[in-house]
Amino acid sequence: MSTRLAKGGRLINRTQPVEFSFNGKRLKGFQGDTLAAGLLANDQMLVGRSFKYHRPRGIVAAGPEEPNALVNLGAGGRLEPNQRTTTTELFDGLESTSQNHWPSLEFDVGVVNNYAARFMPAGFYYKTFIHPRPAWKHLFEPIIRRAAGLGKAPTEGDADRYEQAYAFCDVLVVGAGVAGLKAAKAAADAGQRVILLEQTPILGGRAPVDDTEVEGKPVEDWISAMESDLMARDNVTIRTRTCGFGVYDHGYVLADERVADHTPGDGRPKHRLWRIRTGKIVTATGAIERPLSFAGNDIPGVMLAAAVRDYVVNYAVSPGDRTVVVTNNDSAYQTALALKAAGLDVPAILDARETADGALPQAARAAGIRVLTGKAIAKVKGGKRVTGVAVCAQAGEGSVQEEIACEAVAMSGGWSPVVHLWSHCGGKLTWDETLSAFIPDPSRPPLNHDGSAMVEVVGSAAGDLTLTGATVTIPPVWVMPQGAPIQLRSKMWLDYQNDVKVSDVQLASREGYVSVEHTKRYTTLGMATDQGKLSNINGLAVLADSLGQEIPQVGTTTFRPPYTPVTIGALAGESRGDIFQPLRRTPMHAQHEAAGAYFEPVGLWRRPYCFPRAGETHEQAVHREVLNTRQNLGLLDASTLGKIIVKGPDAGKFLDMLYTGVMSTLPIGKCRYGLMCNEQGFLSDDGVVARIDEDTWLCHTTSGGADRIHAWMEDWLQCEWWDWKVYTANVTEQYAQVAVVGPNARKLLQVLGGMDVSKEALPFMQWVDGTLGGFPVRAYRISFSGELSYEIAVPASHGAAFWDACVEAGKALGAMPYGTECLHIMRAEKGFIMIGDETDGTVIPQDLGLDWAISKKKADYLGKRGQERTFLASPDRWKLVGFDTLDGSVVPDGSYIIADGVNGNGQRNVQGRVTSTYYSPTLKRGIAMGLLKHGPTRMGEIVEFNTAAGGTVKARVRDAVFFDKDGEKQNV
Amino acid sequence: MSEPVSALGGASFHGFATIREIGPLGMITLRAKGVKALDKAVKAVTDTKLPAPRRIEINGEKACGWMSPDEYLLIVPYAEVSATLASLAKSLAGEHHLAVDVSDARAIFRVEGDKAADVLRKLSPVDFEMLQPGELRRTRAAQVAAAMWAQDAGFTVVCFRSVAGYVMGLLTHSAQPGSEL
Amino acid sequence: MLILECPYCGVKAEETELSPGYEAHLKRFGPGASPEEFEAYMFARKNPKGVHFERWRHTYGCGKWFLAARCTATLEVFGTYPAQVSEPPADIIAKIQARRPGWQPDGKVTK
Repeated sequence: MSTRLAKGGRLINRTQPVEFSFNGKRLKGFQGDTLAAGLLANDQMLVGRSFKYHRPRGIVAAGPEEPNALVNLGAGGRLEPNQRTTTTELFDGLESTSQNHWPSLEFDVGVVNNYAARFMPAGFYYKTFIHPRPAWKHLFEPIIRRAAGLGKAPTEGDADRYEQAYAFCDVLVVGAGVAGLKAAKAAADAGQRVILLEQTPILGGRAPVDDTEVEGKPVEDWISAMESDLMARDNVTIRTRTCGFGVYDHGYVLADERVADHTPGDGRPKHRLWRIRTGKIVTATGAIERPLSFAGNDIPGVMLAAAVRDYVVNYAVSPGDRTVVVTNNDSAYQTALALKAAGLDVPAILDARETADGALPQAARAAGIRVLTGKAIAKVKGGKRVTGVAVCAQAGEGSVQEEIACEAVAMSGGWSPVVHLWSHCGGKLTWDETLSAFIPDPSRPPLNHDGSAMVEVVGSAAGDLTLTGATVTIPPVWVMPQGAPIQLRSKMWLDYQNDVKVSDVQLASREGYVSVEHTKRYTTLGMATDQGKLSNINGLAVLADSLGQEIPQVGTTTFRPPYTPVTIGALAGESRGDIFQPLRRTPMHAQHEAAGAYFEPVGLWRRPYCFPRAGETHEQAVHREVLNTRQNLGLLDASTLGKIIVKGPDAGKFLDMLYTGVMSTLPIGKCRYGLMCNEQGFLSDDGVVARIDEDTWLCHTTSGGADRIHAWMEDWLQCEWWDWKVYTANVTEQYAQVAVVGPNARKLLQVLGGMDVSKEALPFMQWVDGTLGGFPVRAYRISFSGELSYEIAVPASHGAAFWDACVEAGKALGAMPYGTECLHIMRAEKGFIMIGDETDGTVIPQDLGLDWAISKKKADYLGKRGQERTFLASPDRWKLVGFDTLDGSVVPDGSYIIADGVNGNGQRNVQGRVTSTYYSPTLKRGIAMGLLKHGPTRMGEIVEFNTAAGGTVKARVRDAVFFDKDGEKQNV
Repeated sequence: MSEPVSALGGASFHGFATIREIGPLGMITLRAKGVKALDKAVKAVTDTKLPAPRRIEINGEKACGWMSPDEYLLIVPYAEVSATLASLAKSLAGEHHLAVDVSDARAIFRVEGDKAADVLRKLSPVDFEMLQPGELRRTRAAQVAAAMWAQDAGFTVVCFRSVAGYVMGLLTHSAQPGSEL
Repeated sequence: MLILECPYCGVKAEETELSPGYEAHLKRFGPGASPEEFEAYMFARKNPKGVHFERWRHTYGCGKWFLAARCTATLEVFGTYPAQVSEPPADIIAKIQARRPGWQPDGKVTK
């Protein structure tokens, strides 16, 4: 059994006990433990079930490479699935539960998959569930999805806060082991701004576990001296618990700081995502030990040799009284020695090599440990925990020579440098024959903006596996024993988390998968949450062997960020809840809220859709607003309308290029409606332009279009006509704008008082400056409803007060506020087009019968050449008309007008479509505008609109102006 | 006539830094380039020199900031905007320029305290350690445009009025006690 | 994520402060242009793997459009320059040729 040793543990504080739970069991650990160490100290060897076969699984590693020991952490709003116990710091009150089993961890029904394993080879799902086709969607997929998956997604909102922060430096060092500390100091000595990131809570990395010396000092002393040195420097920032997980272009690095994972609920952000921009990146990310592939290498108690050493030395945790060490290199001997030093038994070291005469093997022999060379594990004995190993010759086929009883197996298949960050932006790798590993090739680095090498790799991440720089040799041992038959190979795990075995990769190769990227996807090797940190090299070595190729020829799969999983909360940062996105509010927003407005998004603006009264549906409210505006008086918050000042000696010339009509001739004090097209000729925006003075115009744009049109103007002025003397300014938000609409509109302005708004003083399509009710205003007499209408602009700081004044003064005149839907209905009743309804980026003004707004005299305007293209000039275009349904109903939104016959795909031919469709409260029936082939020549014809239900709606073609065709209502 | 009201009516938050919405301030966008009289015209209204690129010249309640090669931001007391515009119109008469009142189009925040920069470091891709005194930085705060500069033991942050609530939310989130960087 | 130095205000802006504007140095063709000319202006884009000239706007900064010469394969930036030119300036060409010997402004490479 695994247990806590009486002495030792360099990272734990025995005076600070903590209590935690696993599957409801209350367990004890110490401050400084990881959850994995705490579980092992309590003999919790079995911690989860595998993904596919539901095999019992225990802790394998001691770092972020852990494939097995994933748990649900926390509960409710703090539940997090798939948390690695090996990187989770233990704290008092920690709650954890195991995953992927039912009904319990000890007794899991899903384990039946294990016994059926030989019927579930690689590609099982692809092969089995392909026929009959519909069964996948309705039968197989739902069942498989229910059975699959590791942790369960939380159902409650996240109770924690997250944030992001930007940081800048000259040199970013990722990893604060010995190599990283040295690199940080060297950069700091050179006067560079340095940031040093370390994923664990402490500096120093793994070197102290191996009791070595650095620069003539014991490693612990060297590290603490280095830490004090760096901490004292102004140009060095050290961030612990921070994993640099992704390298991106031009020195951009993302890092995840686990600020309060170990202190949940203390008010601090749980994680902080760092967005770091650095001149150069140094990765000192170390190396990860590789498992060996022998039968039963996934049974709880089989662990990486270095992890066993970490648990013994760092946490005083014994994996068992008797540990068999199995290796192909010298480093595992350190584990044997560490176990021995802790008073534990090492019955044997099984070394696959024929000879082992280095200093460490000699030390092991001197310590009285039995060293067997040329040996391998034929099979691990045990089910939910290791009970022993069967020994065989590495060179043979697995004939058992001896059985050794033990509780744990410490394995080492060599080391894989952590090259992920080097590779994220295209750093190339080279195969090192001595180490049997891929290492960074410094001659082919990822490049920075100036063409220099962006990343430098130091320490064991670069393949330097000793602090002294001595050569380490790791012979390739990819399968154990070398000639293992299928019975053994089908129990040799490569990828623990996704249940991929040696036999699966070999099968993939036999079935024709020659590319490592395809094999990965077919077998799912390396596709689990650990992204194959343990399995990649072993897997591709097996593939290379099966293909009869060399490993470098086969190559690796692509390393992509993130290095370790990052919680979505950290990626979202502050963008949640009220500040998920920037909502734009007008100066009258609070007034609308108080009036009970129902809001709708218009771009990022929130505009009142309608103002429902008690007991009213939205539809009823909209109809009331339409009728009241047509009969009495409506007030609309039109502040969102875009307003752009265009000024200069060449402003008229510029606007004549921008608009399809002529703006240069507009008299001062007057307004003109204009259309803007893109260079393809398609309608892009519309609005009323006012001439302010000799060289100043004010261009109104659609609510959603202000920023886009302002940018469009600046683009042409800066990049094409840079010698034209024109300045623009977007003054949209300077003004609150109130549309005062309806028969009583003039009366309201007269009640407010201060300026002459009579028909004579302020005729239609003119504007004038003045005061109303004491407010400085600019009044435009324009109409988007067909009613007598004024749009009054006041400085935004007075907007709320002016709105209140209008509401108050309007009480006696029957004034009601109205929203965007009422606006839409009224403009449709008048046949006015709406950008985004009648247009969709494929419609030219001529399609909408707006030829009157296009100058025939101008030699050029933006979009003119585009509109001359034959298919746009064709008489067969769909053109705007109105429709009266024969039964008075409302044509469904999105309907097409059907035509005879079917197209090549067997679909019904169409000859047009609806663009705007409403119930008109004014006319008490459905009205619609739409585009119809040859539309204007087909007045009175009956056409049919399709409906989603399958039927059709018959409608008579008519002109698009449904109400007050002669404009009598606004002509007062 | 009513008193001018800022977007959030002077909202504030006290975290590890203090956030205060101030204003309304008088603000004028002045666009001109290569105009001889520009130095004098600006001097006459803000009593500052014309700022160098990316600088802001501050003189008490008045200031002039460089916004782009042909754009300046003039800050004056709200009540003096009309007079300022009139003065500019006079001194720049006959020169190609644009001067327009944007006082009401903006919201202005003060972020104050020893660690004020930490609040902004969470929102803007700006190297605050390298931000020079008197440097005006136009950037973004999370998802919206913002301009900011160091002033009086803190920072002044300017954004569009319509997103004042969003920016207040950002600053409040970033200044939560215990979340110092 | 790219960094491009705005040639107007000197800010080394990151990509999130900028808006892309696609290929630079296009010649506008208006009324009277042949279909081929209009197609070249509107649709035909070089999309090279290698040296490319692009338009960028310092949207969250000074608001100015500028042009950038960079390598679409390695993401190296050779230089940025103001937009008020109809072809790449000589100093930018020289910088490109210093790093890409044999590269010619017409996109061809001479050995």
